[in-house]
Amino acid sequence: MNRKGKLFRTLGVTSVAAVSLLMMVTASGASSSGPAKGQPVKIGISLSLSGDFSADGQAFKQGYQLWAADVNKTGGLLGHKVVLDIVSDASSPTQVVTNYQKLISTDHVNLTFGPFSSLLTLPAAKAVSRYGYAMIEGAGGAPSVFQAGLHNVFDVALPVANSLVPFAKWITALPKGQRPTTVAYVTSNDPFTQPQLPVAMKIMQPAGIKTVYNKVFPAEVTDFTPIADAVAATKAQVVVLGSTDVPTVSAFMQAFEQSGYTPKVFIATAGPDQGSTFIKAVGAANADGIMVPNSWYGLSAIPASKTMVAEYIKKYGGTPAGVNGDVAEGYAVGQVAAAAVKATGGFDNAKIIKYLHSGVMLQTVLGGAQFNALGMNPKMTAYTFQWQGATGTKFLQISPIGDPNTVKAVFPKPAWGK
Amino acid sequence: MNVTALIDAAKDGILTGSLYALMATGLTLVFGVMDIINVAQGILVIVGAYLSYALSVHFGIDLFLGLLITIPTLFVVGIVIERAFLGRLKGPEKTAMSILVTYAVSLVIEGSLNMIFSVNPVQLHAWYVNKSFVVGGYHFAFIYLAGFALAVVLLSALYYMLYRTRFGVSVRASLADQASAALVGIDVRRVSTICFGIGVAVTAAGGMIYGATTTFNASTSYDLISRLLTIIVLGGMGSLGGAMLAGVLLVFVGNVVGVIAGAVWSTMAYYVLLIIVLLVRPQGLFGKQSARVA
Repeated sequence: MNRKGKLFRTLGVTSVAAVSLLMMVTASGASSSGPAKGQPVKIGISLSLSGDFSADGQAFKQGYQLWAADVNKTGGLLGHKVVLDIVSDASSPTQVVTNYQKLISTDHVNLTFGPFSSLLTLPAAKAVSRYGYAMIEGAGGAPSVFQAGLHNVFDVALPVANSLVPFAKWITALPKGQRPTTVAYVTSNDPFTQPQLPVAMKIMQPAGIKTVYNKVFPAEVTDFTPIADAVAATKAQVVVLGSTDVPTVSAFMQAFEQSGYTPKVFIATAGPDQGSTFIKAVGAANADGIMVPNSWYGLSAIPASKTMVAEYIKKYGGTPAGVNGDVAEGYAVGQVAAAAVKATGGFDNAKIIKYLHSGVMLQTVLGGAQFNALGMNPKMTAYTFQWQGATGTKFLQISPIGDPNTVKAVFPKPAWGK
Repeated sequence: MNVTALIDAAKDGILTGSLYALMATGLTLVFGVMDIINVAQGILVIVGAYLSYALSVHFGIDLFLGLLITIPTLFVVGIVIERAFLGRLKGPEKTAMSILVTYAVSLVIEGSLNMIFSVNPVQLHAWYVNKSFVVGGYHFAFIYLAGFALAVVLLSALYYMLYRTRFGVSVRASLADQASAALVGIDVRRVSTICFGIGVAVTAAGGMIYGATTTFNASTSYDLISRLLTIIVLGGMGSLGGAMLAGVLLVFVGNVVGVIAGAVWSTMAYYVLLIIVLLVRPQGLFGKQSARVA
């Protein structure tokens, strides 16, 4: 390359770098200044409104919208009406990054709320951290999210690693004559599901519950029949399924029934928590006895939760059991953001991050929210819930043992469709 | 190795694979006759599933009886799509353009389905969907057997139509060479329109069985179309027999490898097979090299 060419190239690279820097600075500035008087506050959110996580994305959207409607009813945030700028990422970890970059640098949103799933939250949180934004979220509870060393992420929900602990404790507390003796673990290779199973195994194995199957399948698998058949062939009395969605759980249930196999206990890490969506997919009778770990359910006694559930039913219909847990997680994200904005007196993300790291205890529909240095909410309690009866309207808490809201579990699980 | 699991996997592979064969047959027929790659085939399968769902939930019509309504309905949908969008494509860029046009069609349909049915996944239910019977210690699910039988009947009908009817002669002539077929008086445009209608109509049957064995929403179509396209590439673009064999191979190979080496390898196995076949026979298992150069 000649001298002239080198000069043009250097000038070109320098110009691009300068423009990029200017854009970043401009975007960061927008995050700190907040909306002008009388202008709405814009909250940028990327959600999976199509693709693998579309059902969860839709439920999160409902949660965010319910919260925004409630806030706007009482005058908005610091007098600014809340406007949600929601874009779809089609469940893609790549698209979610593009979306948040656009939301911040082009749409100039004042705050960002999280997407659905740990898989998307991690890249999203990294992207917004470059602009100095806080990422308050409700569906990124996997250890990989907290191990990334990000200072801006705050997960209002349950850290997933210990989600199955109450379940494992419940099963090991069963009288020895009733306690199952074999268990099959099968999980998708997803950051949300995989860390949960070894924790349960560590509790169940010493109690004499022998592992007869322990396999991981790729997240992109759509035909689960051979995997489910292999689990059925072991005749394990307990099945612990690491799932992220309803279709996976539904496929296993169908294949089990077709194989004439009914485990005594069947728990899935996600899917059965999706309320009426789950019931519609699997059929109410088949859901009887199915368990799921979570931190919230529609019958939660928390006053704010009761109000939110009533509002949800008024708007969308259904029963408390049919309310998807994602709705509450989305709503709780809004509550934490509102508390932080109120406490800091503005929309400065740096101040919001500092405030949320201060150890302050906030109240949400999920319960208490207090963040540690990693952005985790260790105060959140894990519960185990179970669908009971053949009507698809009873979704009840069956552990931790001793909790006043815990009811007796259906055990063993009834035969499919009975 | 667990022999029982292996036989189970092989059996499931053949039964499920026949469904993919049925869905892919429509795709390869359309390509063979029209030089059109219909990437909307996946979403049309989902339309078939949703039609069965609507008939079953809102009118109580049995899933198989409902096919008497959904198959003709999707045939008409196919005719409309062909007349409205694809018949206008001409020239050397026709095949490439068809990908863009049918992708646009699929996006419109996906959006419409999301608006009508929401994004929440659903599944087709009937008393026989989860039932099975045992032969020699192996469970045979009714729905998979019925799907296999349906695929055999429809594929046989398609073969009869192609090889025993006057219309079939026109189709095969168009498959071989559209210009020559037109020269001997075949109305290639009409043949193309009907073939597209047939290609879409088979998705009604495929969609019904798919919806009864898989929880679905509109987004499920992306996984479907990627599978269907790889099936017709492996079988040979435009080859009906190739699509059938490749459809069965897709699931069979994945299932068997899954049992032998673990589920992590099952998806990859088919694609390894695809790459090997394409290295040896770039035209696919039954594709004719340069058959459609004109």
